[in-house]
Amino acid sequence: MIQILVRYCTLFVLTLLVLAIMSFSLAYLFPGDTLENLTGLVPQNEMQRAALEQQFKLDQPYIFQFFYYAGNLLIGDWGYSFTSGLPLREEVGIAMPATIELATYAMLMALFVGIPLGYYAGIRSYSTSDHLINTASITTYSFPVFWFALLLILIFSLQLDAAPLSGRISLLYNIEPISGFILIDILLSDIENKTLAFKDALSHLALPTFSIGAIATASMIRITRRSVIDVKHRPYIAAAISRGLSSWQIFFRHILRNALLPILPLMAIQITTLITNAMIVETLFSWPGIGNWLIQAIYQRDYPALRIGMMAVSTVVITLTILVDLFNRMIDPSREKYERATV
Amino acid sequence: MSHGLVKRLLSCLCTALLVASCAKQNKQAFYNTGIIYCSESNPVTFNPQLDTSSTTSDASSHQLYDRLLDFDPESGRIVPSLASSWLVSDDGLTYAFQLRKDVWFHTTHYFTPTRNFNADDVIFSIDRWRLRSHPYHYVSGGRYPYFESIGLAQNIASVERINGYRVEITLKRRDSSFLANLATDFAVVLSEEYANQLAQLGTPSKIDELPVGTGPFKFDSYRKDHFIKYLRHNNYWRDQMIEARTNGEVLIPDNALDSANQDFEKERGRGSTAEYHDEDSPVVEQLIFDITPRSSLRLAKLMTGECDATAFPAQTELEVIRTKEDLTLAEKPGLNIGFWAFNTQRPPFDNPDIRRALAAAIDKNTLLEAVYFDSATRAKTLLPAASWAFQNDADDTAYNPVLARKLLANAGVEQGFSMTIWAMPVERSYNPNATKMAELIQRYLRDVGVEATIVSYDWATFRRHLQEGLHDSVLIGWSADNGDPDNFYRPLLSCGAIPSGTNRAMWCSEDYDKLLNDALQTDDIEERTAIYRQVNRLLYERLPLVPIAHAYRYQAYRNELEGMNINPFGGVRFGGVKKAL
Repeated sequence: MIQILVRYCTLFVLTLLVLAIMSFSLAYLFPGDTLENLTGLVPQNEMQRAALEQQFKLDQPYIFQFFYYAGNLLIGDWGYSFTSGLPLREEVGIAMPATIELATYAMLMALFVGIPLGYYAGIRSYSTSDHLINTASITTYSFPVFWFALLLILIFSLQLDAAPLSGRISLLYNIEPISGFILIDILLSDIENKTLAFKDALSHLALPTFSIGAIATASMIRITRRSVIDVKHRPYIAAAISRGLSSWQIFFRHILRNALLPILPLMAIQITTLITNAMIVETLFSWPGIGNWLIQAIYQRDYPALRIGMMAVSTVVITLTILVDLFNRMIDPSREKYERATV
Repeated sequence: MSHGLVKRLLSCLCTALLVASCAKQNKQAFYNTGIIYCSESNPVTFNPQLDTSSTTSDASSHQLYDRLLDFDPESGRIVPSLASSWLVSDDGLTYAFQLRKDVWFHTTHYFTPTRNFNADDVIFSIDRWRLRSHPYHYVSGGRYPYFESIGLAQNIASVERINGYRVEITLKRRDSSFLANLATDFAVVLSEEYANQLAQLGTPSKIDELPVGTGPFKFDSYRKDHFIKYLRHNNYWRDQMIEARTNGEVLIPDNALDSANQDFEKERGRGSTAEYHDEDSPVVEQLIFDITPRSSLRLAKLMTGECDATAFPAQTELEVIRTKEDLTLAEKPGLNIGFWAFNTQRPPFDNPDIRRALAAAIDKNTLLEAVYFDSATRAKTLLPAASWAFQNDADDTAYNPVLARKLLANAGVEQGFSMTIWAMPVERSYNPNATKMAELIQRYLRDVGVEATIVSYDWATFRRHLQEGLHDSVLIGWSADNGDPDNFYRPLLSCGAIPSGTNRAMWCSEDYDKLLNDALQTDDIEERTAIYRQVNRLLYERLPLVPIAHAYRYQAYRNELEGMNINPFGGVRFGGVKKAL
């Protein structure tokens, strides 16, 4: 077990190192003057340039510059945004939880709707209800997420006026960000209209969560259904049937857990899709998350923000993927012990 | 089921219904305590002295600050604000302002005032942009574009404190547009006490980032690209004044104050002050600017009720807003003018007959329909109807191709004569599509035997070439900062405006400049209006430019908002606006 943990840790550290090198080199790969890209300042004369270069350690060899950069990353000094002038750590600290929150709820929706439906369809495979569920999930899965979100906006916001179309909560509420998750923050806050604020936040969450969640649910249904059908055709199921077990007993004793195992590693892949989709949907719903924030940074050529944004998003994705994989490894004894860790 | 149980169930149901309806009312009540305005962009600063963009003045001028004087949005006349009355000396050089007492600055989380507004604040606010030696002059860059463009600082000899509530300003030259300049969005009054406190702390530039003023709302927080939050100013002087009046008290026995009060009520569109204590309309506690750069998203938010009002609806969205029953589209002629200017320094355009001929060749009404989609009024003179000097019966050119041909032939212009029409490359309210307008004019000119070519560059190059006078004629316009006619006539056509690049006709007439200067020598509005009538006559005869249109200003808001008014003189204002149940 310790060996596995060590393997995963080295994998994690090495991947982060590669990412850090990539994000570090971005400053030199962006078009234009490296110093301007890094500082957002245009030096007026050579003296100023030299002073700035010294301050940002640009006068030293690349390798030292990299260690300086990596050191700053580690201690949390991520630099400042050109456009807002705020520390990037603070900005990412506000934007990132908003995206994770959205992705979490969508994931929950996929788990609690997708898996049961997938089981149902798998058990009743090739029946009418299975075909219905399968058709619906393939259709939903084929929707481009931005188009689906726009459709939801058009119907539920503009036509039916049932849900708001932008932001996390009405700006009239003053919620202090503590955890970064809006629903938790409302519960922690001491505002007067807590219930009202909670409802308001839920109504703001509904459409973006649904548009990401629906697509994740669809793929979850398909994965689960496939896995259940596979398990159903295993010899031990045939053996159980021949022993005269009832279909409920077969389902609970043999199918449920065995079908779940192959789903877990696939879920790790889902996380990436989920976060990418969340970033796309954010811009449509003006959700103040990391995707929206990165797009603004691209528009305004805020290079330090782009660098840190890329680093932050990939770190989150890699951490989650490795954690899910590790978890998977721990609960699944059938996997080879010395199998190499992968991202 | 026993009778008692039914009864109990029924009563339970009743209570539940009651609670539900109460909750609904609570919800409504809470949402009515805040106004959300979808603004189009980030303000550059929270001090409108430093920036002339409308985004900055929308976010600061009328929300956070007051001026010494205000424009009445209906008549365009100057009415009292922080100055309750004023006196102008006979020679027109000395202005004495009597200041209002009991006006409080905002109490915020970064500043608590210990004294109320007095003469020191006025002197500080004016001296900051006027004197280069002032300790605050160079804080935040030291540029005061509005005051620089009209050269006001050079014309003020002194600003003096007579007593705590009396200030005297002495000018070097007579300038009857002086009061109008003090009433613009940019002439706000800052707190001297706050400035001193910041200077002591060594953070003077905070004065423009964390603003303190006397206006109806106080600053709470700002997040770039997201929102600006304001809270109600509990001691706002206009609110207190109305309260005092309803209680039958008279705060200050001052006639000027009384008239100011009446003006104020008119401005709020409220018949009697008794309505002020109407239990149904909760007080607006919060004002929020939701920064939404995309115009379509602003409209969508307005439709779903996430915004109560929006800035600048696009021309193409106006129809949508008109068809929605729960939205109001307010429109008013704006303080702007779109025109077709001839380069009068280039032959043959130095000949007024040729200019008249070209003017007669075009049909302005068609241009209004095709380019402005009827969201503009036909311009006869430079002044729009919102200005007090507007002349309703001014002479106007008429569509007459026969006359145009005759004039051209008499002036010796041959058939097939060619000229250029420069069309500005950007979209402005006074001319939303200059290229299209140029194409239409091209057709009209072909009918009278003139071949026109359309010229356009990117905006910066375009303006540079215009200043160099490379054009034959140009389609462009002007938006004014205040209702004073001098703000139109002087920058657009006076000799002095040729080098600064606002006189697109490159036209210089001594008669014209003399009339304009005469008009500034008097404070009598009747007299000034009479002079501007002569100016209009002169312009009609010489026709250095053809006035085409005054575009409307639009504001879209939800019907729940009461007391929203378009302010033709500058930014949006939310003081006195309420949300009804």
